[in-house]
Amino acid sequence: MNDLIIKGGRVIDPSQNLDDITDVLISAGRVESIGGNMPSEAEVIDARGKVVCPGFIDLHCHLRQPGYEQKETIATGARAAARGGFTTVCCMPNTSPAMDNLAIVEYVKTIAEKEAVVRVLPVGCITRGRNGGELADMQEVAGAGVVGFSDDGSYVNDPRLMRRAMEYSLPTGLPIIQHCEDPSLSADGVMNDGIIATRLGLCGVPNAAEEVAVARDIILAELTGARLHIAHVSTAGSVELIRQAKKRGVKVTCEATPHHLTMTEERVLGYNTNAKVNPPLRTRNDVDALIEGLKDGTIDIIATDHAPHTLNDKLCEFGNAASGISGLETALGSLLALVHSGKLELSLLIAKLTAEPAKILGKPFGMLAVGAAADITIIDMDAEWVVYAGKFASMGKNTPLDGEKLKGMVIATIFGGKIVYQE
Amino acid sequence: MSGKETVSQAGESVAWRHHHVLDVDDFSTAEIELVMQTADAMKDVLSRPIRKVPALRGKTVFTVFYEASTRTRGSFEAAAKNLSADVVNITAQSSSVTKGESLIDTLNTLEAIGADIIVMRHPLSGAHYCAAPYVKANLLNAGDGWHAHPTQALLDLYTMRRHKMSVNGLKVAIVGDIKHSRVAHSNIWCLSKMGAKVTLCAPPTLLPAGMDDPQGRFPDVNVTTDINAALQDADVVMCLRLQKERMQSGLLPGLREFTSGYQLNKERLALAKPDAIVMHPGPVNEDVELAGDVLHGPRSMVNEQVANGVAVRMALLYLLSGSKEL
Amino acid sequence: MSAKVIMTADEMRRSLARMAHEIVERNRTIENIVLVGMHTRGFPLAVRLAANITSFEKIDVPVGALDFSLYRDDLPARSLQVKSTAIPGSIAGKVVVLVDDVLYTGRSARAAMDALIDLGRPEVIQLAVLVDRGHRELPIRADYVGKNIPSAKDEDVQVCLTEADGADEVRIVREED
Repeated sequence: MNDLIIKGGRVIDPSQNLDDITDVLISAGRVESIGGNMPSEAEVIDARGKVVCPGFIDLHCHLRQPGYEQKETIATGARAAARGGFTTVCCMPNTSPAMDNLAIVEYVKTIAEKEAVVRVLPVGCITRGRNGGELADMQEVAGAGVVGFSDDGSYVNDPRLMRRAMEYSLPTGLPIIQHCEDPSLSADGVMNDGIIATRLGLCGVPNAAEEVAVARDIILAELTGARLHIAHVSTAGSVELIRQAKKRGVKVTCEATPHHLTMTEERVLGYNTNAKVNPPLRTRNDVDALIEGLKDGTIDIIATDHAPHTLNDKLCEFGNAASGISGLETALGSLLALVHSGKLELSLLIAKLTAEPAKILGKPFGMLAVGAAADITIIDMDAEWVVYAGKFASMGKNTPLDGEKLKGMVIATIFGGKIVYQE
Repeated sequence: MSGKETVSQAGESVAWRHHHVLDVDDFSTAEIELVMQTADAMKDVLSRPIRKVPALRGKTVFTVFYEASTRTRGSFEAAAKNLSADVVNITAQSSSVTKGESLIDTLNTLEAIGADIIVMRHPLSGAHYCAAPYVKANLLNAGDGWHAHPTQALLDLYTMRRHKMSVNGLKVAIVGDIKHSRVAHSNIWCLSKMGAKVTLCAPPTLLPAGMDDPQGRFPDVNVTTDINAALQDADVVMCLRLQKERMQSGLLPGLREFTSGYQLNKERLALAKPDAIVMHPGPVNEDVELAGDVLHGPRSMVNEQVANGVAVRMALLYLLSGSKEL
Repeated sequence: MSAKVIMTADEMRRSLARMAHEIVERNRTIENIVLVGMHTRGFPLAVRLAANITSFEKIDVPVGALDFSLYRDDLPARSLQVKSTAIPGSIAGKVVVLVDDVLYTGRSARAAMDALIDLGRPEVIQLAVLVDRGHRELPIRADYVGKNIPSAKDEDVQVCLTEADGADEVRIVREED
């Protein structure tokens, strides 16, 4: 592999407080040097006027393989990740069969090794078959390299089982990634509870359905000392509960998705099934609280919850439509609106996509340090583009942003020194 | 007919621009007025010895009900037949609504069979909205989930207009299970648009979320749990059917408590204006939401609502049949 | 667009007077006549014919209004309001004189006759029109005609009446490129 120079970009790496216009030299898949003399024999990417930062890490996405290859495969999902600037993605275990044992985890790793253009790290189940009944083979799959445990899509509803899972996870040192939703409170809900739900005659999910679950699991994390990571936080109340828990020293981290940070329940008007997502899009008040949470560190990271579905999964009655947004390829573009509008610092946004998720993973990714793997994303902050879902690399074309104009795009993604996507 | 009626070219042509009727919320007041006037003409037809006109001759109306219904389906069928349409009734098994079978495919099949107008009821809110862009036939919503029942709202409006000078400024109390009632929902949107002051009254568990915000979308809608406050000086009292499953799902302790707190009986009706009318979309649980003596009393519009329903549905079928394909 | 007046207010008044005479002359028992104006401009014309008959014969002639929208065979007209049909008494056994402003294709007259027959069984139906402009598409002719006006199909014959339009006049209007 030839050496690669990324020339003249604004290099931002929050892990080392770096924000400088300089060159990056990549050699043998690693960052060789930043700044200083560059060799004359090398491939050059002209990054003048662009932002160069560590490749993004997505702690939460659904790649659907095995079992739902009509929605997405590890190969297509990884290509979508590359287009979105992600060089590491963690795939959730709600496959079929579920990733609750060594064989499936090994299968996913093997396919990823062969077919994925970026790094794919599996998440194991908390309970067998994600049924909430008995524990999955947590320690065994931890040995195989899963990065956490989750029944995502379902809440571990039995508090005693949740306590056991947390205790059992302790020797692995890995987080329990909880989908916080009290199923009896969310019941038949398909969107946020409130006037829009009333207007559309749809059953609402109150914020409390999430907050009750967040509160319980914080208490259990406090009891057990386990690491708890709360997935896709969507309400102002959850942010406050987590803020208080962190103050008390509970080992809790959490994430928010690009869609919960940028969209409200109004998106559902007209029965837009592409805006149907779980947890549902909330109100402006919740969105503002999430942004505030990002800024004060309550919300540690941004994760996409990329949830691809087929056309027919969405082309139906709202109540019957699948939940989820295909989000990898629009994540940065939609999040940059927060930067352009002055609500968020660019370096903070990048930290939430790089250094912070790396911390949760406990792995040496998400940084542009000399010697680190050359996972790099190059961004044009000002390029305006129109989302055209039909052109997604992801098989999931389900996005409420289809046809909308975004400002700021990924122009190149480099994984292990290799250009895996270039605009 | 008074010879003084002035007819200008402009006055004649209130444009009907709906290819489908999904809800009343996208009707302008002029369009609602057009429906009301057309319903008057249909009422006229219904009063004649031959209650049939050839307006829809050669057209085929399919009624597709994914939910049981006697009166609405019967009303649509009678309306279509009065207009000389051929009517085909499809009773969809509830199993065919389950996930995996496409509603759009079903409706396209009916079009291929020859449906010009499809009258559909569906248990899921918004089902019509998902199908409408893919259906060339006219789609008429006969009720979707908790969302809307536009023909009921229009026939209720029609009934009110026949008894009250104007709906503008009228105090309308809607009492009962509002949260789960598409009839209530469509009436709220329709009556608010026509300038009525709507008061919603129910036990807290049966009130819809987000309606009691004076800064919200419906500033003229009041919400109360006190039936006496709701009925005070009301011009119209509309009661809603209470479904038995509300007790099972923990929304209400039981019939007795609902009845004692929210039944419209003679004593309570006395709080309303002396000429207040009583409405109910039916079928009535007699002596639950509506006391028998009120239901069968002189102020009850229940049967007239049903009769007006045929005229209003004829009006909509007629107007839709002339709409151009989008 | 060019417009040409082909019947003035005076001419219209004289035509209606003559038509009233013809109606009386043709129907021996005037007591049995009902004038039914077809919406929209047929109705005021029927009122005027009735007034003429009353002044000549000193007898009141019942006048009704007929809306035949529900009997039309053309769909685009359906966005128009359906107006009320109001005919005094029963038309069974009566001589019904349908009154309209312009006779053109004959389709309106056909629809109106169907509508009438559904209301009862008249002894006779006759047709009175202020203007016959030709181009019939059905085997229908008028019994009483104010004026025959040969016209081209791309022309429009407009009847203006004081009651509806503020003045009496018939114009022939031609769209020009």
